[in-house]
Amino acid sequence: MAKNKLNSRIFKDRIFVSILLLIGCICALPLVLILFFIVKQGINSISLQFLTHLPKPVGEKGGGVLNAIVGSLMLISMAAVISIPIGILGGIYLSEKKGTKIANLARSSAEILQGIPSIVIGIIAYLWIVKPMGHFSALSGGIALGFMMLPVILRTTEETLNLIPNSIKEASLALGVPYYKTILRIILPCGISGIMSGIIISLARVAGETAPLLFTAFGNPYLNTNINRPVQSLPLIIFNYATSPYDDWKQQAWGASFVLLSFILIISVVAKFVTRRWRVQF
Amino acid sequence: MKIESAKQKQASDWRLGIAEKIFNSLMSNAAILMIILLSGIFITLLYSSIPSIKQSGLGFIYGRVWDPVTNQFGGLSFLVGTIITTFLALIISFPFSISLGLILGEYFKKGIVSEIFKNIIELMAGVPSVIYGFGALYFLVPAIRHIETHLGVPAYGVGILTASIVLAIMIVPYWASVAREVINLAPNDLKEASYALGATRFELIRYIILPFTRSGILAGMMLALGRALGETMAVTMVIGNNNVLPKGIFDPSNTMASVIANEFTEATSDLYLSALIEIALLLFVVSLIFNLLGRQIIKRMASR
Amino acid sequence: MIKFFAIAAISMALFSSCGNGGKGGAANGKDSTSSDKELLGAGSTFVYPLCSKLFDAYNQLTGVKVNYQSIGSGGGIKQLQAKTVDFGASDAFMSDDDIKASGADIIQFPVCMGAVVVTYNLDGVAKLKLTPEILSGIFLGNIKKWNDKEIAKANEGVKLPNTDIMVVHRSDGSGTTNIFTDYLSKVSPEWKTKIGVGKSVNWPVGVGGKGNEGVAGQVKQTPGAIGYVELAYAAKNNMAIADLKNASGNFITPSLQSVQSAANIDLPADTRITITNSPAADAYPISGFTWFILYKEQNYGGRSQAKASNVTKMMWWVTHEGQQYNEPLQYAKLSDKATKVVETLLNSVTYGGKPILTNK
Repeated sequence: MAKNKLNSRIFKDRIFVSILLLIGCICALPLVLILFFIVKQGINSISLQFLTHLPKPVGEKGGGVLNAIVGSLMLISMAAVISIPIGILGGIYLSEKKGTKIANLARSSAEILQGIPSIVIGIIAYLWIVKPMGHFSALSGGIALGFMMLPVILRTTEETLNLIPNSIKEASLALGVPYYKTILRIILPCGISGIMSGIIISLARVAGETAPLLFTAFGNPYLNTNINRPVQSLPLIIFNYATSPYDDWKQQAWGASFVLLSFILIISVVAKFVTRRWRVQF
Repeated sequence: MKIESAKQKQASDWRLGIAEKIFNSLMSNAAILMIILLSGIFITLLYSSIPSIKQSGLGFIYGRVWDPVTNQFGGLSFLVGTIITTFLALIISFPFSISLGLILGEYFKKGIVSEIFKNIIELMAGVPSVIYGFGALYFLVPAIRHIETHLGVPAYGVGILTASIVLAIMIVPYWASVAREVINLAPNDLKEASYALGATRFELIRYIILPFTRSGILAGMMLALGRALGETMAVTMVIGNNNVLPKGIFDPSNTMASVIANEFTEATSDLYLSALIEIALLLFVVSLIFNLLGRQIIKRMASR
Repeated sequence: MIKFFAIAAISMALFSSCGNGGKGGAANGKDSTSSDKELLGAGSTFVYPLCSKLFDAYNQLTGVKVNYQSIGSGGGIKQLQAKTVDFGASDAFMSDDDIKASGADIIQFPVCMGAVVVTYNLDGVAKLKLTPEILSGIFLGNIKKWNDKEIAKANEGVKLPNTDIMVVHRSDGSGTTNIFTDYLSKVSPEWKTKIGVGKSVNWPVGVGGKGNEGVAGQVKQTPGAIGYVELAYAAKNNMAIADLKNASGNFITPSLQSVQSAANIDLPADTRITITNSPAADAYPISGFTWFILYKEQNYGGRSQAKASNVTKMMWWVTHEGQQYNEPLQYAKLSDKATKVVETLLNSVTYGGKPILTNK
């Protein structure tokens, strides 16, 4: 009797793990499907022409997504340039002056900023930059993306620097190294792996953002490297092509998705590598 | 060591002082910038919503009619659309998030299975929203259409259910990560005591771990909710874009985020634009509340 | 660290200099010569297939790049009002209120005519005949099934399935919607009072698609769907198109000729007129113009004379030599009478008070 009860309990236990694993695998199914199709269809679309040509007029075969690729690169470069210095400096401040009111306020602000929906950031960028400037531009898109990267970089910098033992800083100061040099030349390099990984992860996230670009970068069928003019980007072009009725465009959307995902994947792998290689053990 | 004259030392000290000052001010300004940025965003949203607030007042929240022709803007349909899709997404993603959390936090803390699932979660979090939307258009919508035809409902394929499913897939990695963290933190001595008393692993999870981690999982839900609220692209692509109050889960609808994405560039009247910005303000406030709640709970757990 | 910043700063500088006009902070739009050759337009998805071909050809002809974003007619008007684009394209002309909101005189002129066709997705039904009553009934939500007796009456001998009608409309601010609802208001009193005319209306039923592309895409993929799109979208995607009964009682297939029939009217001097529900015997009832819209006085926001000149020259080309691209894409050309009216309008566009085009 007791043995039966025990058996049933063990049975339940085994079943449970199997169910868990099953659910986990089902979970992975959509991801696998999407990735599989992107690779399968995407590879069909990728050709030298696809990567180096501009889009053709509606309905005509051929054409490529060069403007989107260049545009995406422009946008994330701008976002990086804006957010990295400010994010790192702010993170240093938060880590150094931990208990102060400003630090606490800034930290909370960063947490809140991180959670703001990307479309709201897009609206802000439109109201703050596009309207006063009088036209859409890559700059406004880059700034919008920069706003999104900023809190992430700030917080990862803070958290990374918090892990560095005080003794290093104190030793440096004791040796007479000025404060700012201590931070810039000694502490920051110690935390470089965490900071870089934070930067690269937020870059990967921002590369795929579409909503903030809807009314800032706006889109452009031509190649554009001028930050004052509208620019196309990979997520935007995927959005436009995917919702269109033209099979040719839908095929190109797969190709563009492939390019975008490859890019995100590559920089994520680089992030992991960098983190491991440059990590300083204490 | 360079031997400096007294004058040289004074000069280099002075330069050092300036360098220090500049650095310190840069640092603090960067931090203050965050505060300014946040306040600026809030103030801008508030200021630009004023025309609409003046016009509709509280009626904005329960007004059903969104009619640009007659300049009547009531946001109820979007609130309802947002709430239904978000909660449906949470319900759908719950079993998956908890399962992944348990797999990674309890059963397979190390090893190949752990690495596989860890990478799956990271990949899921890394795929951009627009690609999820594209995938959903291609796979999910025809599937739902099939189901709807069988059920005898208007078979659009797009609608609240489809959007909720896509949302669920997108929030699983966030919820699962938090779940995994808290499940991992379940104290070992509690677990060992249960085993000593003869519990199976399943019973351990059901009676000990899950109740213990309840608030952590709740925190994960808050964060996932905050994220789902703001999700725009994938939702816009599969929700059907209808501004009428939805009556069922197969109805096409609109969320606060998707209506902004659809109509922002063409809001011709000032009132229209202001109404859309008011929706953005609402979205901002609501996601703020859930985000803060989630983080509060996590903080409380961490301090325990 | 410093090296990184240096590299970043240099790349930023390179990007800015690449574009030649990138004085990042120059918030006044004072652009240099190269960006004078880059024009920005936005608006109607209705005319997008034509625009995309036109501007590509114009670019190859003159090197001027016209960046046209099809965000819907509402978007075109809005962005012109906000002065973020050089010109807009809209299938709904700017009303007096719209013009007042922009604060300056607006020139609008048609560049083509097109048909808003009713497209549907019904297996086995090659040709559907619809009357105005049926059409408004469907979009009002009164007629819900394909084998409704009204539809069956108009389509004797056609086997109609007993399935729901899936209505697809526009989710964005659309001139196509404007033309469509203008027609429905003229033929259905219930529509006129309940819904009205507009670029964005309070649709009682159906799903929304973004742009003509979105509607076409949705109808194409949804069995039993019905939607309204510009002729080019349905034709290019081999979608079924319904014949509509016009005001004279004839069932008309949308085509170049039937659109031209509807457009065979005298344009008023400001060109603001709709041609839906035309009384002509062989006219397609849901026809419409697409207008290009720009400011009459081009010296605003720091625009240069060169840019204003490029804009007006481009528009002259579109309405003259560019018309050769209309018909192959199923858009009707402007009649000679219409062209004369357009010429008068274009000649009145000024820069600093002086007309830009010196009477070509």
